[in-house]
Amino acid sequence: MSHIVIDQSKCKACYLCVKECPKNLIKISEKTNNLGAKVVEFCDPGHECLGCAKCATRCPDLAITEVYKG
Amino acid sequence: MATQVFKIPESFRKNVRYSFCPGCDHGVAVRLVAECLDELGLTENAITATSIGCSVGLYDFLNVDSIEAPHGRALAVATGVKRAKPDKFVFTYQGDGDFASIGWAESMHCAFRGENLSAICINNTTYGMTGGQLGPTTLLGQVTTTSPTGRNIEYYGYPVKIAEHIALSDGTAYSARVSLDSVANIKKAKLAIKKAFEVQLKGLGFGFVEILSSCPTNWRMTPEQAHERVRDEMMQIFKLGVYKDITV
Repeated sequence: MSHIVIDQSKCKACYLCVKECPKNLIKISEKTNNLGAKVVEFCDPGHECLGCAKCATRCPDLAITEVYKG
Repeated sequence: MATQVFKIPESFRKNVRYSFCPGCDHGVAVRLVAECLDELGLTENAITATSIGCSVGLYDFLNVDSIEAPHGRALAVATGVKRAKPDKFVFTYQGDGDFASIGWAESMHCAFRGENLSAICINNTTYGMTGGQLGPTTLLGQVTTTSPTGRNIEYYGYPVKIAEHIALSDGTAYSARVSLDSVANIKKAKLAIKKAFEVQLKGLGFGFVEILSSCPTNWRMTPEQAHERVRDEMMQIFKLGVYKDITV
């Protein structure tokens, strides 16, 4: 099952990944990290993730640490 | 069974968080360098001469030996390292102010000498670390903290087109300009960095990549708006492409 792993401690809330996801599976959460950034989270209840890794390729902070496809 | 298609590069230090501003493309560029080092198996054998500016923290992020150069002199220091240790893979990672203004003489003469080195230059049309001053690549009309009415030709002259100048040198093996404004262009940027590294490994001469990058903080833009500016303004003046490749 395709999915991504997010290290929320590295997220700086640029939200480029949110715009990049073709299935809109990355959301802005209510949580903040120790940088004060309102971090992103991966929400895929319908298993729609394509494993395209566009989010991880775009993320400037290596906060999306792993992407699995299949 | 899911296959892993993305991971943190081995050349990247564990548990390190970037010091860059939110949305800054430096983070993408450093990751691409780390991925290329991984894929070419260069991590253990690489030495980087680092610059001054936002690009300065490379030694905090990569698992490679490094030596800090005075402002603009990364390629002069890298020349010494490479000549002393020709079996090592030596590269620099610099900003446009460091590479094309303060270190323009060192950079150009490195290309003229055809040093067997690789250089990456991040072009974000401003001096990022010091607060967004006018730099060598600042576009005409661009407002910066030291050009409050915009860059004009009469007072400041024209922006420097780095990749074209480097390509003019007979000692240059590869010179290209790429951009990080989109996922497709990020993938192309990685191929260019790899090529600039490979020409050094083949002993062909100077390998150079200029990377168009956004600076949302100093441009006073959101990260997304900044990428639009890279596309709509920077890429109109700084055309993407391979300006020299002696391997084809």
